[in-house]
Amino acid sequence: MTVHVLPTSENHQEVRHHTPWQEYFGFSLDHKVIGIQYLVTGFFFYLVGGALAGMIRVELITPMSDFMTRDTYNQVLTMHGTIMIFLWIVPVVNGAFGNYLVPFYVGARDMAFPRLNAVAFWMIPPAGLLLVSSYFIGGAAQSGWTAYPPLSITTPAVGQIIWILSVLLLGGSSIFGAVNFIATILKLRQPGLGLFQLPMFCWALLGTSILVVLATPVLAGALILLSMDIVAGTGFFNPALGGNAVVYQHLFWFYSHPAVYIMVLPAFGLVSEILPIHARKPLFGYRSMIYSILGIVFLGLIVWAHHMFTSGTPPWMRLFFTIATAIIAVPTGIKFFNWLATLWQGKLALNSALLFCCGFIFNFVFGGITGVALAQVPFDVHVHDTYFVVAHFHYIVFGGTVFVIFAAIYHWFPKLSGRLLNEHLGRLHCLLSFLGFNICFFPQHWLGLNGMPRRVAEYDPQFQLINQISSVGALVLAISTLPFLINVFWSLWKGQPAGDNPWKACTGEWLTSSPPPVENWLHEAPLVTEPYDYGSTEGTMAVTAMGGRDLWSAGD
Amino acid sequence: MPIPASILTLAAGILLALISLWVGQTINVMPVAAADDANTVDALFKVLFSIGVGLLLGMTAMVVVALIHFRRRPGDHLDGPAVEGNLPLEIFWTAVPAIVILIVGVYSYDIYARMGGMADFNHHTTMSPSEVEQISLGNPPDPETVIWGGIDHSKGMAFPVEVTAMQFAFIFHYPQQNFTTAELHLPEGQPVELRLKSNDVIHAFWVPEFRLKQDVIPGQPTLLSFTANRQGSYDIICAELCGPYHGAMRSKVVVEDPQNFEEWLRRHTPATVATAPRSFQAG
Amino acid sequence: MTTITPQSTTHLPNEQQAAALAQSHHPDVRLFGLATFLVGDGMTFAGFFAAYLTYRAVNPLPLGAEYELELLLPTINTLLLLASSITFHQGNKSLMANQMATCRGWLLLTAALGITFMAGQMWEYFHLPFGLTDNLFASTFYALTGFHGLHVTLGAMMILVVWWQAGREGHFTPKNHFGFAAAELYWHFVDGIWVVLFGLLYLL
Ligand code: HEA
Ligand code: HEA
Ligand code: CUA
Ligand SMILES: [Cu+2]
Repeated sequence: MTVHVLPTSENHQEVRHHTPWQEYFGFSLDHKVIGIQYLVTGFFFYLVGGALAGMIRVELITPMSDFMTRDTYNQVLTMHGTIMIFLWIVPVVNGAFGNYLVPFYVGARDMAFPRLNAVAFWMIPPAGLLLVSSYFIGGAAQSGWTAYPPLSITTPAVGQIIWILSVLLLGGSSIFGAVNFIATILKLRQPGLGLFQLPMFCWALLGTSILVVLATPVLAGALILLSMDIVAGTGFFNPALGGNAVVYQHLFWFYSHPAVYIMVLPAFGLVSEILPIHARKPLFGYRSMIYSILGIVFLGLIVWAHHMFTSGTPPWMRLFFTIATAIIAVPTGIKFFNWLATLWQGKLALNSALLFCCGFIFNFVFGGITGVALAQVPFDVHVHDTYFVVAHFHYIVFGGTVFVIFAAIYHWFPKLSGRLLNEHLGRLHCLLSFLGFNICFFPQHWLGLNGMPRRVAEYDPQFQLINQISSVGALVLAISTLPFLINVFWSLWKGQPAGDNPWKACTGEWLTSSPPPVENWLHEAPLVTEPYDYGSTEGTMAVTAMGGRDLWSAGD
Repeated sequence: MPIPASILTLAAGILLALISLWVGQTINVMPVAAADDANTVDALFKVLFSIGVGLLLGMTAMVVVALIHFRRRPGDHLDGPAVEGNLPLEIFWTAVPAIVILIVGVYSYDIYARMGGMADFNHHTTMSPSEVEQISLGNPPDPETVIWGGIDHSKGMAFPVEVTAMQFAFIFHYPQQNFTTAELHLPEGQPVELRLKSNDVIHAFWVPEFRLKQDVIPGQPTLLSFTANRQGSYDIICAELCGPYHGAMRSKVVVEDPQNFEEWLRRHTPATVATAPRSFQAG
Repeated sequence: MTTITPQSTTHLPNEQQAAALAQSHHPDVRLFGLATFLVGDGMTFAGFFAAYLTYRAVNPLPLGAEYELELLLPTINTLLLLASSITFHQGNKSLMANQMATCRGWLLLTAALGITFMAGQMWEYFHLPFGLTDNLFASTFYALTGFHGLHVTLGAMMILVVWWQAGREGHFTPKNHFGFAAAELYWHFVDGIWVVLFGLLYLL
């Protein structure tokens, strides 16, 4: 048996192409540069969205509308929701990690359409700036991120139109990205690499991209009609002109429900990559993971009306959507049980990446359970449009996806930068995030159950104490960002060099230098047919039985 | 001799089930129930709460045990066992949630049907939209004659109140007595039927103590019927973002015993109605 | 430190594969990408159609807003558009046979048919008894046909560009003609959408 030894680091040093820093500010075609551009841009908007969230929580410290005017409050919450979803979560889990990792995973030197890729990224900063600037020119949109007509038709038009333009741009960017991912995963796989040998993240992104291609255009259509209502005076969604406001809701949620899986499926994929490596075990149930992704994609397309249980939809529709929605717990559950089984009996490295993943499991299961409760019409009728819903989705989008984004940053930072992040600061970050997050959003369930509607700047004084607790949690969350930022900047400058493969992982991105050269590998792309080849078989190993799982022991 | 793992697991499972049942049944996080259906909704919520607590505790316990028990000891450079799957196990944890979900789904459907959520609104309309169109030859069909949905199990036998939502208030009209108030009064123990309509944007009528919420959508008159069963005064809250003063769009519903309610109605009924000629009423 | 890559999981590409890789950087998947995009574009129309059908089912129009649409012109238009798909396909055939002059002829004919379609559409717009904001049906009618018209205009422009490119020696070859194929795929797509649109808007 021969063992191929890849070119060693020495000759890497000589030829290593360092991407010049200007490249990160320009129209680069390199998928790794674009990935990092997405990540940094997204994180910038996360800070903006987080600052807006901070304003919301400050306003809610007292029951009166005293920190900002009522109009401003509505603008702030609209911007917060829109920025967090369209400029932070979606671009980062898809654009950033997708671009960085997928070519490595399929064994390609770049994405299928590098130019389209760059265009897709460069649609984001203008869209974001447009959105933020709308606040300064005549006020931002103030009808919530859902922009339900007729409210969105009657609120000041300039802000709403800019909001529509910006979301259309972001949606377009997301569609271009998805086209690229589908082509790369299906068509650019290295010869000899089968679909069922791909790392789980590729499947997650494939599923996500299918959702993007099928659902996002419908949102675009709805927004085009909405803008005609605002600008041209048509009456598609305006009952005063004979239109139908609920049709907008159907079109909107036909996109925006799948959008929640667009926000979470790639995160699931990232968890599937991170856990096996830090648990030193193969991913449990590879096939069932794939089928559950496909199941979620399919079901995700047919459950949208669970956001409209009180909108006067016909009874049969509510029944159908209740059942379909709750069924999603089954494929999702498969994934969580598989992850638990992956952890079980592993050799868990209790580092920031793994801890953030475990935090994610707790938070997401929590949010999923409240989701299944919301899917039951009689219960949803009570808590729809209350803080119970706000708590549900923050448990998922923040406690779920954002936790995974942080886990992924701790995991891939060594690859991106060539340096390790500081573990002490990382674990502090994890602890503060987990505490702050739960203090902030756990009490909101009670608020919703007991009568506090969402999207209000003033509320019943009986809820003051609980709101203040929640605001304290938000403060802890804001503070938790500090150790992270310090960690990133300090490690970039002085962090411990990571080496090519600090986690002793098997997938393609680790089988090259850190950071990788422009075309990913100086040598030919390695063909990784068993991406989760960790774990030792029973008893002692034969010396000849060299598998990827031996990398760990062989490395030292 | 150590206790076999299977027995430990069984004991942990039973304990978990007991804890979650206890939590679900005894911890009350809902406001008081003041309508007939509120109790049924709460019963459903208790079931969901128990399942949720059990599931979350169980999953969390597994994660915590894994983190402690399977943490990597210093100096250990070996991998874990190369287990790639276990089909029976996977089938098991696919089937159990599926069964739980189906049972819960059927149960909540049953509750919803009892509340009147599956009602057929045709008897309110007598005509379908297309028929309305045909019959009203010469006159534009009146979309107001179509009831678009809501919750109803009173079969038209209930006491009617017309509710109009507008930026930023609810207005209540008692059609039989023909007067309008800003505060809703309802008789205890008698089915009522709210006919909701909106003048401008979407609002939502919500009384947490009734566990009932219904969007009020312009152009789509909707019905909400229920029976209040506990005297007192409760908040009516607008739950759908409707503009800057959305948070201030609140009102009160007062549930009184039937005698007081009759008395209240009489006090407010304009004297003119009783004596005025029909033509005056119609005009 | 060296990275050991055991053969069981990771092998380097053999000579032939490496040569194949070096030869073409990666296979040309642009047409596949376009097809994926068109699925998405189709979903925009699907959203519009669904909205239109819902309106028909549940939103009665004010009196006098039920129109008998004039059918003659749209039917001719439909036939023109269908014919243009055939002519484009003929152009493809000549391209495959490397008869560039004939191919360009077919392209020009296709573009002419598309432009005639648009002219017909314009004529219809100016002679309709309703305007954009008259009622729900009118708005939906203009939104649907207008959005489709945008697609036709874009397609016609693409065809003209392809026609011009086809005039350059060796720009398109039977083996290598992405621009041509893309325009053709797009054109067939726009055609297909029109057939559905015609059925729903005029015939239903
Ligand atoms: C990433 C985002 C994300 C994700 C993944 C989800 C996932 C789910 N969501 Fe959530 N949701 C949102 C984001 C998300 N949601 C947002 C943003 C809103 C509000 C929008 C707005 O109005 O502004 C919302 C609102 C929302 C509503 C409407 C509430 C209302 O307005 O009245 C409903 C109702 O059904 C719902 C249900 C669900 C369900 C059933 C899931 C399921 O997918 C969850 C499945 C997961 C689990 C159940 C946990 C793991 C499973 C197991 C461990 C197996 C065993 C489980 C059981 C037997 C129960 N969500
Ligand atoms: C998708 C992701 C996402 C994320 C990550 C968050 C994160 C947070 N959200 Fe948000 N939220 C939404 C999506 C999200 N939210 C959506 C979709 C809505 C609905 C909007 C609508 O109704 O239309 C909503 C609504 C919403 C509400 C309800 C408003 C209302 O209905 O009236 C509240 C209230 O507490 C809230 C709070 C928070 C808080 C405290 C955080 C925190 O977790 C944030 C933590 C981050 C920080 C604190 C950043 C730290 C950095 C700084 C503070 C530095 C300062 C900044 C600069 C120097 C630029 N959010
Ligand atoms: Cu009316 Cu909110
Ligand atoms: Cu949803």
